[in-house]
Formats: sequence, structure tokens, C-alpha cells
Amino acid sequence: MSGLNHALAGLLRRDLLLAFRHRGEMANPPLFFALIVTLYPLGVSPDAELLRTIAPGVIWIAALLAALFSLENLFRADFDDGALEQLLLSPYPLPLLVGVRVFAHWLVSGLPLLLLAPLLAVQLGLSPKAIGVLEATLLLGTPLLSLIGAIGVALTVGLRRGGILLTLLVLPLYIPVLIFATGAVAAAATGLPVEGPLYFLAALLALALTLAPPAIAAALRLSVN
Amino acid sequence: MQKSAESSAELEADRLECQRGGRTLFCGLSFALHAGEALLVEGENGSGKTSLLRLLCGLSRPASGEVRWRGRAIAAQRAEYARDMAWLGHQHGVKPELQTFENLAFAAALRGEARRDGVERALETVGLGEQAEVAGRALSAGQKQRLALARLLLSRARLWILDEPFTALDAGGGELVRTLIENHLGEGGLAVLTSHQPVSLQVPLARLGLTG
Repeated sequence: MSGLNHALAGLLRRDLLLAFRHRGEMANPPLFFALIVTLYPLGVSPDAELLRTIAPGVIWIAALLAALFSLENLFRADFDDGALEQLLLSPYPLPLLVGVRVFAHWLVSGLPLLLLAPLLAVQLGLSPKAIGVLEATLLLGTPLLSLIGAIGVALTVGLRRGGILLTLLVLPLYIPVLIFATGAVAAAATGLPVEGPLYFLAALLALALTLAPPAIAAALRLSVN
Repeated sequence: MQKSAESSAELEADRLECQRGGRTLFCGLSFALHAGEALLVEGENGSGKTSLLRLLCGLSRPASGEVRWRGRAIAAQRAEYARDMAWLGHQHGVKPELQTFENLAFAAALRGEARRDGVERALETVGLGEQAEVAGRALSAGQKQRLALARLLLSRARLWILDEPFTALDAGGGELVRTLIENHLGEGGLAVLTSHQPVSLQVPLARLGLTG
């Protein structure tokens, strides 16, 4: 088992080191996220009541687009330079290895959104309670976006221009996440119970954590074939 | 080549058929390779050399037939086969952002074989000892090839599958590859390789011609 732990730890360190050496590029999704949310008051209306109403949707749509935007670099570079072949030929279970890669991807692309979201939520006038729920939905939802997105990336990584196809594949699967997450935040903002949608998100995350890694692994084997 | 039914054969290809883009590259291809033997796959560009090698290492699946390692289909023993086999392809998986040492250490960790001193020794062996801290993007094509050879050395795999191992290497590098393969086979290892240059190895070398 120590060999497996060593391989998983090495892979995580490698991905974080690669992200660190690309920090300019890695700053793009959070920047994109902040920009979209910031543009809303300018583009729609500075009316506080209106902004408070649309805030959950605005923040979550921005998070969803930022996640979609960051997916491309998940397996692309490794596919192009042959590192993906070496990953597939590792003696350790591929679902675990890709699970670590998705986790690393979430750490650099999903976690920053969690840190930025409260600031942006204050800017749109969300109440402290709603901000707490927003953070909970992002904590449950952004890993879901990474896991679901990784399946799409794994399926399209062998295609020369998979960008549009990736969006078409992944976006419909993102919609339940969007509905439950914004539902929970909107409920919190109006003082309604939020447990229902949060439990749904948690259930979806549990499902994705168990089912997505084998699907990603199988899709990668197909793409490299 | 004739199909060998000897039980001592370690790597066996059994009536392999390969299709690419709707075209049959080869079919009914069988061979057997024993410990200490090398197989040189020859053929023109597009005759299916790389495709055959990718079938042998399990990256792609044959349209029909199977590859066996020590009597068992490789698809049924992926983890064991991955431990016994090392693949050197056209692309080396050298990350441009990582230093030579990091590149090799992470590649070895992925196989569960990372010892710091081992990594350093492998870099010395392939003549990259001085370049340990150079970023991958600054390495020449030949140096990347040497780095890939170092990964091979670290892997302690019994079967080496090498696609064009002599590419981009200078005379000294070519000599290094020959020595590495001869030592590997001398220790009872196996190798399957392709090459565009004439290969002269002081080892039992079987040849397989693909006609396309």
C-alpha cells in the first residue's frame, strides 16, 4: 500500500507544482468569476432589492462558467505530451489516480471560488445567513462540477476541437447542480428551510465521488486507444 | 513468424488483428518472445509498427486476437503487466514546466518506484547528471529521449517496449541505447523495438517485417 500512497501523493504534488508554475493561467477562472459577478450591477441595475434577488443565480452561473472554463487544462497537456499514456500504464488503479487529479484540479480551480464568493455576495447584498448557505452549496457543488466535467474532458480529450462538444456534453449535467444550489441560497435569503436542496447536493456529490472516477478512467482509455 | 506453443515464452501475440481508420493494418500476426530475446519490428512508414507496439503494451485493443504475458491475457492482469512492462513512445511525457529531476521522480513515483538516489543514478547513467535542474522545456529532443531512457532504467520492468529508441540521439546516445538493451537482455529481460536505422545488437534479435 505504501507504493500506492506514494504514487497518489506524488501525483498530487506534481499537479500542484504544475499549477503553481502556471499561476498566471490558474488565476484566470477566479478572475473570470469575479468579473462576471461584478459586471451585473453595472449592466442590470444598481437597485439593491433586485440584486439581492438575482444574487444566488448570478454567483452560481458565474461559478459554473468558471468551472467549465477551467476544465480544458485538466487532461489536455498530458494527452499532448504523452504523460497521459504513462498514467494509464501505471500499475495502480486508474480511478484512484484520476480521482487525485480531479481533486488537485478542484483545489486550484474550485477552492478559490469559495474564497471569493463571500466578498461578491456582500457586494450583491446577500444576508449573512444566505452567504453561509452559499458557501455550503459551493463546497458541495464545485467538486461536483469538477467530477462531472472531468468525464466530459476525458471523453473529448482525443478530439482536436472538443471545446463545443465538451460544453454540450457537460452543461446539461450541470443543470441539476445549478437548480439545487440556487434554490438553497434563494430559500435562505427568504428565510425558508434550506436542508432539502442541500441534502440533494450532498447526495449528488456522494454519487459523483463513487461513479465519476471509474467513468473518467474508462473514458480516458477510450480516448487514448 | 511461427507461433510458438512453448510454455517458456513470456510474451506471446496470438493472431493479432489491427484496424486503423477502417483499414486493416495487419491480421493473423503471431509471435512468441522468450527471456533474453529482443524483437525488432520493421516496416515502412504507416505499416503499423507503432500500432503493434501500442497493442503490445495495452494502450489500445486489437480488433481480434490477444496479447499474453506469461500465459495470461494482458487485459486480465493489467496491474501486474503494468509493473512488468515499460513503454517508451514517441511522446515522452516530459513536462516542460518541471525540472529534469522532478520529471523523472514523478514518473517513477507513478510506478511506485521512487528512491532519490536511484533517480540521481539513473540521470547519471543516461548522461543528464549535469541537467538535473534544467526545466523540461529547455531540453533538446535528444536530451528528452535520454530522460525517457532514464525512466526505463528506473522502472525495473522485465519487458521494454520501445518505439524508435534511437530517434534524435547522437552517436554516444545510440551507443547508450545499445548498451542498455544488451545489459537488459543479458539480465533476462525482453525488448520489442522499432527503428529506422540499422540495428546491430549483440543479442538474440528476432525480426518481424510488417508489409502494410
